[in-house]
Amino acid sequence: MAELKEELKEKIIAVLNLEDIAVEDINDNDPLFGEGLGLDSIDALELIVLMDKEYGIKLSDPKQGKTIFESIESMSAYIAENRTK
Amino acid sequence: MRVWKPVYIHDSNCVTPLGDGIAETWRQVTAGNSAIKQQDVGTIKNVFVAKVQHEMHRSIAPAATESLLEQLLLRAAEPLLKKRQPNPRTALVLATTKGEIGYLSKGHSAGALLTVLAKKLAHKMNIVTEPIVVSQACVSGVLAISVAKRLIQMGLFEDAFVLAGDEASEFVLSGFQAFQAMSPFPCKPFDKHRAGVTIGEAAACMYLSAVPGRFVIRGEGAINDANHISGPSRQGEGLYRSVRQAIKEAGIRNEDIDFISAHGTATLYNDEMEAIAFNRLGLAHVPLNSLKGYFGHTLGAAGLLETTVSLKAMEEGVLLPTLGFQELGTTQPLQVVRRSSTQPIPFLLKTASGFGGSNAAIIIEKVC
Amino acid sequence: MLTNYINKYCVVAKQRIIVDADLKFTWENGPSSDFFKEAFKHQYAAYPKFFKMDSLSKLAVLAAEYILEGESTDGLALVLINKSGSMDTDVKHQESIQDENNFFPSPATFVYTLANICGGEISIRHGLQTENVFFVADQYPVAMVSAYVDYLLSSGKANRVLCGWVEFYQEKYEAVLYIVSPEGEKRHTEENISFLFEELAD
Repeated sequence: MAELKEELKEKIIAVLNLEDIAVEDINDNDPLFGEGLGLDSIDALELIVLMDKEYGIKLSDPKQGKTIFESIESMSAYIAENRTK
Repeated sequence: MRVWKPVYIHDSNCVTPLGDGIAETWRQVTAGNSAIKQQDVGTIKNVFVAKVQHEMHRSIAPAATESLLEQLLLRAAEPLLKKRQPNPRTALVLATTKGEIGYLSKGHSAGALLTVLAKKLAHKMNIVTEPIVVSQACVSGVLAISVAKRLIQMGLFEDAFVLAGDEASEFVLSGFQAFQAMSPFPCKPFDKHRAGVTIGEAAACMYLSAVPGRFVIRGEGAINDANHISGPSRQGEGLYRSVRQAIKEAGIRNEDIDFISAHGTATLYNDEMEAIAFNRLGLAHVPLNSLKGYFGHTLGAAGLLETTVSLKAMEEGVLLPTLGFQELGTTQPLQVVRRSSTQPIPFLLKTASGFGGSNAAIIIEKVC
Repeated sequence: MLTNYINKYCVVAKQRIIVDADLKFTWENGPSSDFFKEAFKHQYAAYPKFFKMDSLSKLAVLAAEYILEGESTDGLALVLINKSGSMDTDVKHQESIQDENNFFPSPATFVYTLANICGGEISIRHGLQTENVFFVADQYPVAMVSAYVDYLLSSGKANRVLCGWVEFYQEKYEAVLYIVSPEGEKRHTEENISFLFEELAD
């Protein structure tokens, strides 16, 4: 799990072009949206693509994303349970 | 204060999946027919889209070497060119977002350049001035009319052919899908159950000059939201300011507007934003429609296509219903036209909004 | 017709940023992305959105950052032109959908496949709720743009206009922005506009 979280942080930083943010800067329970990393609606859509491309998880309902993308903790838990690749 | 010479709209025409020309398109629209069908576009399967069908494509250009988009644009211009020959001071203003983007999948990026398409069109239309390409997302079509008007008013050109066209390509459809913005059924503008856009393709053409004609452009504006690149301002600030600008230039009162041809893409945020802006402008009671249910969202062509159809509606004195609309789904009231009715329309307000925070509004008066 | 004036200009080309003939920033080597990043940080540090933009938007926002320093943005309209539209990003989006078995279009890429987005980014950054247009032309259409800008000013639809050229395609980039207003010293003539573009030649 720790490995998955680490990998996920790296991927998020790369995919969302988070400048000057390192893996160590993101805590597992930090909110990703709003006050946390300050991600916006396009970032949320980009995370949906990331889930599909990297882990073979298709999220068809954007509302689902809200709870899944709350934090690294929630995201990695969902991936571990539902990944197909 | 400088007095500007008025600019008139003499003719306009369109080629849509519903019909080759405004007459046939009008006949189909008034019969309540929609061009939206479920079909495959490239690798995208079973998508609701308004595409020019094979039979029509063949009838427009049986042995043509041009691309579909070029054919549609030239076909839209044809009846206008029969009436008026371009002179050395005639402008060509082309509105498009993606032009010939299909060339990219064939690895031919030079062919996809918007200026290449514009020059081909100018050449075939015998227009010798350097073509002007307006690429301002989904407001391109409306803004192109304003650009032509402004440059004629400045005396740079004597008259102008405004062309607008875009294709419902795999390129665009895949992007809107990634944006989760595509409706799983034919789009339902302003409706409670709306769930996104339906993409379409079309071309339109309009001829403008300072010589008095059938319609006059009374005012216009194109003001940015400065809010977000893919979402409109919640208060509809840019649209509000664009309409206010147009009204101010027209020198009329808000209540003089008889009809609004709105953008109405049927996304949750766009339609809500429009409702807020029109309410802020005191236009909640003015009959309004969106034509997206007939043609889908034809992107850069939408503004010119919808103006063309609305001018025909002004001539006929018909309020066209909003296909797909059943129950109002915005927090603010709007007078969305549900059933066709007859009523004189002296003043039309046409609006559009799009990615990049863009908005455009234009007020057109029927002269005779 | 009232006379308008060119108040200020900025050129971004060949790893250099020039504002009114002053060299503001240079970057010796490396790809354009490094140059844009370093030049932006040099001028303004905290705007994380910058790093999410495509190259054309970075170039446009960068040039705007330098030219608008210390300038009023009240009623400042925006008129931008380039040759390639959003082709640099169009190619990237096409690559993401070219292979049916590796079909992953990216929303963050797709949104930049519209040429006017770079103008939207400038508008957001500087709060320009003003007249806005994006034209595409092979070369800077001096007569057309100057007529358009004069229209915006003399119709009262803008107080000042930020306009110019922002071109980016496959690592080749150049930007020339200038501000036009009804007050100043250097007249807004076709000759004076063409002169600004000479910076690109040497």
